[in-house]
Amino acid sequence: MSREALVNALLALALLGAPLIAAAQDEPFYVALASRVAILALAGVGLNFALGTGGMVSFGHAAFFGLGGYVAGVAALHAFEGSPFFAWPFEIGGSESMVVIWLVALAVSALAALAIGAGSLRTSGVYFIMITLAFAQMIYYLAVSLPAYGGEDGLSIYIRSTLPLVDSDDPLTFFLVCYALLLLALFLVHRLVDSRFGAALQCARMNPLRLATLGIAPFPVKLAAFTFSAMLTGLAGALYAELNGFVSPAMLSWHRSGEIIVFVILGGVGRLFGPVAGAALFILLEAFVGGWTDRWQLVLGGILLAVVLFARGGVIGLLAGKARHD
Amino acid sequence: MTDAATGALLELKGLTKAFGALKATDGVDLTVRHGEIHALIGPNGAGKSTLIAQVAGGLAPDTGRVVLLGEDVTGWSVARRARLGLGRSFQVSSLAWEFSVLRNVMLAVQARSAGAWGFWAPVRKDEALRAEALGVLDRVGLTLRADDPVAALSHGERRLLEVAMALALRPRLLLLDEPMAGLGPEGTKELTAFLARLKTECGMLLVEHDMDAVFALADRISVLVYGKVIASGTVAEIRASAAVREAYLGDHLHGSA
Repeated sequence: MSREALVNALLALALLGAPLIAAAQDEPFYVALASRVAILALAGVGLNFALGTGGMVSFGHAAFFGLGGYVAGVAALHAFEGSPFFAWPFEIGGSESMVVIWLVALAVSALAALAIGAGSLRTSGVYFIMITLAFAQMIYYLAVSLPAYGGEDGLSIYIRSTLPLVDSDDPLTFFLVCYALLLLALFLVHRLVDSRFGAALQCARMNPLRLATLGIAPFPVKLAAFTFSAMLTGLAGALYAELNGFVSPAMLSWHRSGEIIVFVILGGVGRLFGPVAGAALFILLEAFVGGWTDRWQLVLGGILLAVVLFARGGVIGLLAGKARHD
Repeated sequence: MTDAATGALLELKGLTKAFGALKATDGVDLTVRHGEIHALIGPNGAGKSTLIAQVAGGLAPDTGRVVLLGEDVTGWSVARRARLGLGRSFQVSSLAWEFSVLRNVMLAVQARSAGAWGFWAPVRKDEALRAEALGVLDRVGLTLRADDPVAALSHGERRLLEVAMALALRPRLLLLDEPMAGLGPEGTKELTAFLARLKTECGMLLVEHDMDAVFALADRISVLVYGKVIASGTVAEIRASAAVREAYLGDHLHGSA
């Protein structure tokens, strides 16, 4: 087992162990905190695939995070009211099934990513950053301008959607569901990175002209990767809205896009468990330093600066050494 | 008459490309036949790189056609031309820098044999891919470097890896953009011998400044000056051409002939 695999396993165990202990001690706050870490880590795992593996620095992943959140919110609203989402040419109502909500969130994020990716992947560098930001802002203002879904105030989810067999309202059960999805996403990303697709995607990051010269057009490879990345982040958004019982345009804002990038950079760009470490560190700082002073982001800024200047590999790089290239 | 019948691998027909007032390519006609090495020479700024880019697909000509293996590929992308059978080495080494030597070649083999759309099986454990890539590395003599990162290679070894990646595509036509650039005399000699042996496998369009290598390898030579082909012919014809002497070769020919 490589050192990085060991670090990853320890991280996964710590994230599982902490809420189990908290639940045993009857501390639901910490169970919810662990759920937040798992969900935001999932959003980061999504971005990390585009940014770390594919070199696509998306400053608009909040679009997918928020869309996933709105899928959960809108489905819950219509289910609660018994009203249809639309009634023509056929009727689609809300849903109380979490699995249905996940599938719709995945589909909506995929469609949005295909459109945004098709419009922005012809560019690179700072232009790509700006175009993804612009698309996300468009969706942000769309959400603000929809009074039916709460406009600026957002939308409360009064009843959490349900899962077969288990009680999704139980904090620990909900954590375990989020955790399982996070592990599944990590496993899928791991397989993808090592696959033929992953090899082509990495070459598209390092040297797109070289990839084209070998006969593989970079654009479809990047678009597929961008879409998969967005689907993971969108799924995380749906879970996040269910966790909070609330979705608002804040989930779509560029601050959120920036936060997801911070998870990736803090944890280690392109490292499998980077976003897990990054999201955990972020949430712990917010919860504990934030409990002590409102200026916790000053501490976060200092750490981020240190990582960018001195530890490019992020937390994972510090714990497990440099990434292996072979 | 079809292109297959004429035996042409590559035909450039009336290619022009202008950047503002500068005609970088000015009505170029050029043919590379099966089994031949066609060298493209010319002074700096003659438009060789611009012409190469139009053959490879990175740059679209203003007018004219590029015909590769009988197909009009003028509007085709770089990737599509590569899949048809165009291999290329770059003037400045262009590699997947974070991959090992072997993985660079494996990527080339994969691109030719299976493409990018495999999502599950680990590519490193693909024995067929690995074996073929090792075979290609063996041909260029880089076997001992297989597991080293590309960044650790010497300049000459990077040139060889460029050629290996092009070969892994099993190209019908090889586009070599100054493959000898920066190689020492020994390296130039080795690569010249290697390319001479390769001629039976594929035709080549060779852009090269090293005249000894050009005269040793080329079956025919085209001379590009200010975007125009001022002469095209066998090595002997080019050596004898007064126009070429005047425009470009003069001193060098006297020196080496």
